[in-house]
Amino acid sequence: MKNEIIFLLLIVVAGTGGELCVARTMQAVGPATDLRPAALVRLIGRVLRSGWMWLGLLLMAVGFFSLLEMLSLENVSFVVPVTALSYGFGALGGKLFLREQVTRRRWVGVLLVCVGVGLVLIGQR
Amino acid sequence: MAGFLRSRPGLAHTREGIRLSQSMKKTFASSSKVYLFLLLMVILGPLGNVLLGKGMRQVGSISSWDSAEVIHFLSQVAGSVAIWLGILCLMVFFAVYMLVLSWADYSYVQPASAVAYGMVALLGHFLLGEAITPMRWTGVLIICLGVLVVGNTPPRTTESRG
Repeated sequence: MKNEIIFLLLIVVAGTGGELCVARTMQAVGPATDLRPAALVRLIGRVLRSGWMWLGLLLMAVGFFSLLEMLSLENVSFVVPVTALSYGFGALGGKLFLREQVTRRRWVGVLLVCVGVGLVLIGQR
Repeated sequence: MAGFLRSRPGLAHTREGIRLSQSMKKTFASSSKVYLFLLLMVILGPLGNVLLGKGMRQVGSISSWDSAEVIHFLSQVAGSVAIWLGILCLMVFFAVYMLVLSWADYSYVQPASAVAYGMVALLGHFLLGEAITPMRWTGVLIICLGVLVVGNTPPRTTESRG
């Protein structure tokens, strides 16, 4: 059971943590204003020079492989609904790590999404 | 926006009114860009996964780890159009995801992109004729409600760090 808890934590924390790092990179790079191919290639170059981006990709890979490992240990109907917790963790990370203003209304929305995703995934059986 | 300025006829012609009108136009344009790209995300992500799934089902699972078998498996994977299309969709999805994150908060984008769960249910039901349980429909409705609530908050609440 100890392994399962570690993998579940990795799915939620590493997976969402990776996305938060990617979001931090894009916050640092600034809003993309020019969507022409040459400008997008330059943007990708700036993104790939960011340490946060590489950390994000690494964490997302850890989250993904933890999910695969967890699926080999437990039933899908147990594992996948737990990933709905990522939405709560994501909003918390947005507030604390990215300094976003997560208003009460946004929290209510996130909570509804969490419940909805949980129901969708349980109802998949 | 036009209604707002119409209700304040004096404001529309003042410098402050013009500045307000320009800033509202800018906010509206950037919000529509975020919505459009979010829509692309919720279409491309599930589509990429479905194509990958379809391609992998056609290829089948690897039966042994012999080098000959692995090479045969990889060549079948590389020869699958569905897998290449799936990879292309997911690559474009990730690029669109990064662009959206440059315009909007993560705490806005993450829950808003959960519409993809609804999209998968709808695609499964109407295109593949899959049976969707009432619990799943309820979940989809609650997700849409949550996304509506999140969508009513400003997409960007932070300044760029750059």
